[in-house]
Amino acid sequence: MELVDATREAFRLLLSGDGTLWTIVWISLRVSLFALLIATPPAVALGFFLAVASFPGRRACVIALQSLLSFPTVVVGLILFLLLTRQGPLGSLQILYTQEAMIAGQAVIAFPVLAAFALSAVQGADLRVRETALALGASRTQASWTTLVEVRFAVVVGVLSGFGRVISEVGCAMMVGGNIAGITRNIPTAISLETSKGDFEQGIALGVVLMVFAIGANLALAWAQGRGGLD
Amino acid sequence: MERVFDKNIVVLLLIGAMCVMGFAGAKDATPPPLRLATTTSTENSGLLAALLPVFEKKYGAPVRVISVGTGQALKLGERGDVDVVLVHAREDEDKFVAAGFGVNRRDVMYNDFILVGPTADPAGIRGMTRVGEALKKIHETGAIFVSRGDESGTHIMERRLWKEENIVLAASPGARRYLSAGQGMGAVLTMSGALGAYTLTDRGTFVAYKSRIGLDILVSGDPRLANPYGIIAVNPKRHADINFAGAMALIDWITSTEGLKLIASFKVSGEQLFFPGVPPAAGYKKVGLTNGAG
Repeated sequence: MELVDATREAFRLLLSGDGTLWTIVWISLRVSLFALLIATPPAVALGFFLAVASFPGRRACVIALQSLLSFPTVVVGLILFLLLTRQGPLGSLQILYTQEAMIAGQAVIAFPVLAAFALSAVQGADLRVRETALALGASRTQASWTTLVEVRFAVVVGVLSGFGRVISEVGCAMMVGGNIAGITRNIPTAISLETSKGDFEQGIALGVVLMVFAIGANLALAWAQGRGGLD
Repeated sequence: MERVFDKNIVVLLLIGAMCVMGFAGAKDATPPPLRLATTTSTENSGLLAALLPVFEKKYGAPVRVISVGTGQALKLGERGDVDVVLVHAREDEDKFVAAGFGVNRRDVMYNDFILVGPTADPAGIRGMTRVGEALKKIHETGAIFVSRGDESGTHIMERRLWKEENIVLAASPGARRYLSAGQGMGAVLTMSGALGAYTLTDRGTFVAYKSRIGLDILVSGDPRLANPYGIIAVNPKRHADINFAGAMALIDWITSTEGLKLIASFKVSGEQLFFPGVPPAAGYKKVGLTNGAG
């Protein structure tokens, strides 16, 4: 049977340290981790701000953020493509079809996930933490920091969810990365290509790696949530 | 409780009605739908949209088109996922038939490949008549070349051309002068336009895209760039549930005078893209393939 044979071949590829395959895995990891690194600080800051600040239009901001959670990734890809194309407003950067473009796309995709998690974490945090900190003479910044430390595991949960979303994202990566072999070909775009070529072995091998990542992220998620619950 | 029961009755009635309708449909003499795997070039250019409605009317059932690269189109045929394939990679087609996956291969039409690149033409290949020399020059000047890299008919042709020039492309696929995109022709043209790169394309897709990508035809008319299309029925002996009668009906129709005439009359932006029959081996340039080449 095709699936069985292809799967056997896939594991042979994985274990033999096939260079092409591991390059693809490396590119995927590199791009997604960089994207999270860039997106996390501003996203957490925004989530925190929306949770503690009160200003007219705050509710609208929260709703906007939550609807961004289901924003289609291909639309992110399309908008980014139009910005980065030579005639586009950011065309002079010349980063279309590079890893930088993919990182930008994944950062945009991860941003609402990270911000929404931070928002609900801070909202759910015990208000007394902040009040106590303030009462004990902490500055506003120090009090905010105390709250953030308090909800750190929930923020980690957000980062892991964001990782799950970007590591498996294919539409935007294909559009702004271009699926160039050895440069911008990551796991999802490679699987898409291998399937269209009918080379299922490599597709399955990469799928296995992707699932390992997903399972790993979920285990870490369970761990972080458990820790969060203990606090 | 009663309301739930009523709902169930409604659902059951609906299912029953659908079954009856299904049986009624099956009793009818309408032939089953035909599944055609073909290349992106025939679909993207709009040729199929011009041809198939005429055939569907005659045949009486819809044709479901799956447009992929030649490599996958043949694989779909091999696995019996489609009934008939219309592709352009002569050697692979012959292998497909020799291996017993397909029967009744017929020549349908041909168009040509062209070498396109930025208007500025940094490699200076504009107007060269031999495609091999042009590729050599692109390679030597270090200009960017975007390859389909997806085992499509165009990719197979491109690889053959490099091989014929004895140019071994950098073993590392990450070499920045030769980009393997692994995408369809339209995406590769868009990418080449954005990068100011050269690429090999079929004329049809290029004509459809040229207004928005800023690339020019630089080399065309070399007989080696002829791109013949063949149609092959999937072997019914390998897959019992294949719609072989439909496949043969399409093959007979598309190679009939009516089908070929329709192919010849299909134009995009006033340009004929496909030529019925087989490309003449000699004098290929003179049969009208150079029109609009500039």
